[in-house]
Amino acid sequence: MSISFFRWSAQAVLYAAFAGVIALCSQWPPYQPLQPDQALLKISFLHHGQRLAACVEQSPEELAKLPPNMRAPMRCPRERAPVTIEVDLDGRMVYSGTAPPVGLSRDGPASVYRSIPVPAGTHRMQVRFRDSARPTGFDVVRDEIVQFAPLQVRVVDFSAERGGITIE
Amino acid sequence: MVVAMAGTAACTRSRDMTGTVVRGVSFPKWWRALEDRFDLVSPALNPLRHLGSLAFLLFWILVATGVYLYAVIDTSVDGAYRSIDDLSRQQWWLGGVMRSVHRYAADMFALVTLAHLLREWVLGRFRAFATSSWLTGVALLPLMAVSAIGGFWLNWDQLGQYSAISSAEWMDGWPLFGSVLSRNFLDPAAVSDRLFSLFVFVHIGVPLLLLFGLWFHLRRLAQVKVWPPRPMLLVLLVMLLAMAAVAPVMSHPPANLATVPAALAIDWILLFVHPLVSATSATAVSVLVIGVMLLLLALPFWRGSARAAVAEVHPMHCSGCRRCVADCPYDAITMVPHPQRRGFALAEVDADACASCGICVGSCPSSTPFRSMATLVTGIDLPQQPIDDLRRAMRERLAAMTAPIRIVVFGCDQSAAVREVDSDDVAAFSFTCTGQLPPSFVEYALRDGASGVLVCTCPESGCAFRLGERWTAERLAGIRAPVLRSSVEETRWELVACAGYNLTPLRTALAALRRRLDVRGSSK
Repeated sequence: MSISFFRWSAQAVLYAAFAGVIALCSQWPPYQPLQPDQALLKISFLHHGQRLAACVEQSPEELAKLPPNMRAPMRCPRERAPVTIEVDLDGRMVYSGTAPPVGLSRDGPASVYRSIPVPAGTHRMQVRFRDSARPTGFDVVRDEIVQFAPLQVRVVDFSAERGGITIE
Repeated sequence: MVVAMAGTAACTRSRDMTGTVVRGVSFPKWWRALEDRFDLVSPALNPLRHLGSLAFLLFWILVATGVYLYAVIDTSVDGAYRSIDDLSRQQWWLGGVMRSVHRYAADMFALVTLAHLLREWVLGRFRAFATSSWLTGVALLPLMAVSAIGGFWLNWDQLGQYSAISSAEWMDGWPLFGSVLSRNFLDPAAVSDRLFSLFVFVHIGVPLLLLFGLWFHLRRLAQVKVWPPRPMLLVLLVMLLAMAAVAPVMSHPPANLATVPAALAIDWILLFVHPLVSATSATAVSVLVIGVMLLLLALPFWRGSARAAVAEVHPMHCSGCRRCVADCPYDAITMVPHPQRRGFALAEVDADACASCGICVGSCPSSTPFRSMATLVTGIDLPQQPIDDLRRAMRERLAAMTAPIRIVVFGCDQSAAVREVDSDDVAAFSFTCTGQLPPSFVEYALRDGASGVLVCTCPESGCAFRLGERWTAERLAGIRAPVLRSSVEETRWELVACAGYNLTPLRTALAALRRRLDVRGSSK
């Protein structure tokens, strides 16, 4: 009788311990994705680089060599330039990356996504952006003072419709 | 007959009575010893022996609670959080409990499934006959993980936000997607109701695939006990309800993509991968996950011990009775038309599925030792342990025994080592599985000079070959063919369940049988 009671009790304790471990690990210990005095800078864009070559008008001879359904007056090479972005924070480069266009013909959009923890506070940020085939220099540059509240997420993006580099 | 040697691999070397080395299947004693220590209430209620069925039960608890939660959740960006949070606060007594049980059942499902995987690996059931079940089981792991993690996204709180973004950032490292998934979470406008439709698909569609995969996983097993014993089912439900009552699962604050959550009560069991990616890198964790998966999938093909010979059918002695088909634990036997006897069926063994356990030999009516053949040939037999060897060895041993009380002990390499009790008055014979013992051998031994017979099996639900202990008990009890004839005096034989590490029940049963036989002898 006492052995049976002991065995039932031991079984109950084991089940309870298993349940306790699960309940505990299901919520504890708390996890901090970011230090409380930090903010998160996200650098991201999804953007078509400029075409590497301009469209050219085809001569009547060239058109005649093509099947009738492909006789477009302009021939536009599809390949696009890779897109480069550089971000400085307080004069120190925190990110520099070049994204190639996707697609077999390299005519798709280029994209970048990067999360960088930064100290909360006021920072001078410069973003340089190049989406043309120029070998040096940048097509768009934005320089401004940016506030980062603790745990705030700020996103550097590029949108031609919204005027170029955006910081939100 | 085979006297098994101690072994820890899935396939061990054994020697027969003539000294010939043969190979038989055996499972690690140390694990079985560990497992048997959890036979606290009874062997049949040892949770370690029901991990697969417990996982199955938890899956259906998840389905049942999930159906309720899906009925009340507003699957939109604006409504998801509110609907689930309201459920936990305003209907805590039902909806809140359902939600908590759903979460804790998911945690338990993951742990029990991993324990099931670990147990099968330790027991060596990942190659040979178990290859199919192993591969299909491993393939289900990613589906389980995706289903579990996706569930956190549906409740669009800070934890869901963190998990969704972390998952997207991790997956962006894989060369699978044309666009950057993480851009879907750059600002609130990017998170649309369409994205929530994807979340719903992940959390409902993937479990459906999981269920479909489970069918493949169980396909090669016969007589599958998909549900655990009822007491265990009730205990599990009580546990989940108690957890829901003591530590109800509540939502974090609503998702806000403009901020990073300060502190999260993260579910470390299901979401550990996110902090792991943060602590290392997406590439490192991807390599780790892919590496582990490839390793698990490659295990069955890893060079291991040579495989034991599978059961062989002897067409001239197979009556086509189908008992081996009914008793095979791995669905390895089918019936085909008999090539020589028109209108008769013949058993056929699928070599890939055969576990070489010999349970089919025990089920075959032709295995009876009373047949008047110089060499006993049965309908289905194990080449490495032919049933004729047993008959011959037993007759020789009994003929050589001079003690007044002579006991024959039948056991198996997986339960207590019966060879330990072999002595002048005890002849011990060990099978790969006791299910290999045709019950008529008990009567034959008694008629051939044995005073008594002791049959030793694994504990209930603890058979290394799933059904050996059950079939043996039922055959000896006369409720499953072939039966031990009722005319056999019950006082002269005994069935005992012995855990692998513990010889005490075997010795106790042996002593009791010896006393009984002594009394019986004195009274005659």
